[in-house]
Amino acid sequence: MTSIMTTSKPITPTRTPSAPGAAQVSLRGVDKEFIRPGRSGETVHALGPIDLDLRRGEFFAVVGPSGCGKSTLLELVAGLSTATRGDVTFEGKPIHNRIPDGVGVVFQEDASFPWLSVRENIAFGLRRIKIDPKERERRIENALAMMGLTSFAHSFPAQLSGGMRQRVCIARTLVTEPRLILLDEPFGALDQQTRLLMGDEVLNLWRKTGATVFLITHALDEAAMLADRIGVMSARPGRLIDIVETGWPRDRDSRIVQEEAFGAITARLWRSLRAESMKAIGKPEVEP
Amino acid sequence: MNATSSGGSNAGWFSALKLIALLLVLWQALAWMVGDVAMRTPLQTMTFTANLLTSPSFWPHLAETGRAFGLALLLAVVIGLAIGFLLGINRFASDVLEPVLVALYSIPKITLYPILLLMFGLGVAAKVAFGTIHGVIPIALFTLAAVRNVRPVFVKTGRVMGLGTGRMISGILLPAAMPEIFTGLRVGFSLTLIGTLLGEMFASQRGLGFMLMNAIGLHNVDVIMALTFLLVLFAGSASGLLLFLNRRLYQRA
Repeated sequence: MTSIMTTSKPITPTRTPSAPGAAQVSLRGVDKEFIRPGRSGETVHALGPIDLDLRRGEFFAVVGPSGCGKSTLLELVAGLSTATRGDVTFEGKPIHNRIPDGVGVVFQEDASFPWLSVRENIAFGLRRIKIDPKERERRIENALAMMGLTSFAHSFPAQLSGGMRQRVCIARTLVTEPRLILLDEPFGALDQQTRLLMGDEVLNLWRKTGATVFLITHALDEAAMLADRIGVMSARPGRLIDIVETGWPRDRDSRIVQEEAFGAITARLWRSLRAESMKAIGKPEVEP
Repeated sequence: MNATSSGGSNAGWFSALKLIALLLVLWQALAWMVGDVAMRTPLQTMTFTANLLTSPSFWPHLAETGRAFGLALLLAVVIGLAIGFLLGINRFASDVLEPVLVALYSIPKITLYPILLLMFGLGVAAKVAFGTIHGVIPIALFTLAAVRNVRPVFVKTGRVMGLGTGRMISGILLPAAMPEIFTGLRVGFSLTLIGTLLGEMFASQRGLGFMLMNAIGLHNVDVIMALTFLLVLFAGSASGLLLFLNRRLYQRA
């Protein structure tokens, strides 16, 4: 592939950058096409070709215009969907419409089960995993404590705020101790302050668990604050047109939004994205 | 929290009592208007019902209806849930077969009764079959819609957790669809009861339906009113119980 992707140098790192590990997820020449429902049976090229390596233990975010195939990309990595062409591998093993062990997904929509208590929701994540009862209890208590849900263990989702319900979903994923956590716009439905705070919690989890995090988001500031690297996608068919290394230290929190480099990163993301976003809404940018 | 829920519960009971009182007043007024050629007052009906319940000849009829209805309901629930689930999880099959189910549901079931009688003969089997065909389709249709309306993110979550078909149904689809399925069960319960009683009214020598038909023939308004009262009490209590269970088990908030 003659890639239009460019890997940039870090933008004015202000502290020691985190050290990413070896590739854990690998995408090679990945394309996804859909057949449009209806009589025409027209083929829609939704995504690709995409080449990408996710390094073990890194925090990778993807931003892109609406409808560019960000969520499709996540579904391919999660094994919820199969690539039309190309290979997706997790820890060296190909993913063919099969959910790999060690992968947890948190969706944008509230996926907490309303018929179960918070504790039961979290325990549900362990349904398929054979572990002894003590270990099971330890994991549930850990997940409850990590997400600040211990005092709400016996509440039901309907009694919680949107942010807390999303924490329940994250805890249900954490309890499986995943090595790769996929987040599909998990804070999309939350207000700005809650999103910043949830961002801090996700960073905290990322540090504590050592898992690789793959975040899909439409919010440039969220990507700039959370990620080690940010992939910028083009309008449909979504391709990676830029990868920005933020150079943030591993030990960071939402206060980095005050740093000068934060502004530079978001500005760069917007420069890459503006023309693509215009294309996505059907108004191609005209050079002045 | 406790005080609030106890207050809410008291208000609920008070509303229910008010509704019962209103229905009794309307019943009394209607009985006065139409006269005793067609109706009895609530007090007369309740007195006669108490006498009927103490009569030894009543219980074999009740047992016969209970047996036929119990079997018919069991079959309607099992078959209805199975059809509903199978079609609900298969979009293509439900698109093709749902209109067929609706068309079958719109057939007046009474036209099928002679065929059922020829198939099963005069006895409990025909009543069970007639009760079942009344209840099975609404249960299947409600279950189908309930399963199809389960939020896709729940199913995706189950897939991410690697749940197989059995665990997906028992752990996610069934509880997520349960509130709507309960509505189907309530409707199915009432229609199965109607079907069983109709079966007894038209071709039977035992059961509450037979008693009712006999009373109509003899113009025995006391028996007609007492049986109707008992059936309303039974159907109303069962429906209320299903509603309570649904709230208790699946709509916790």
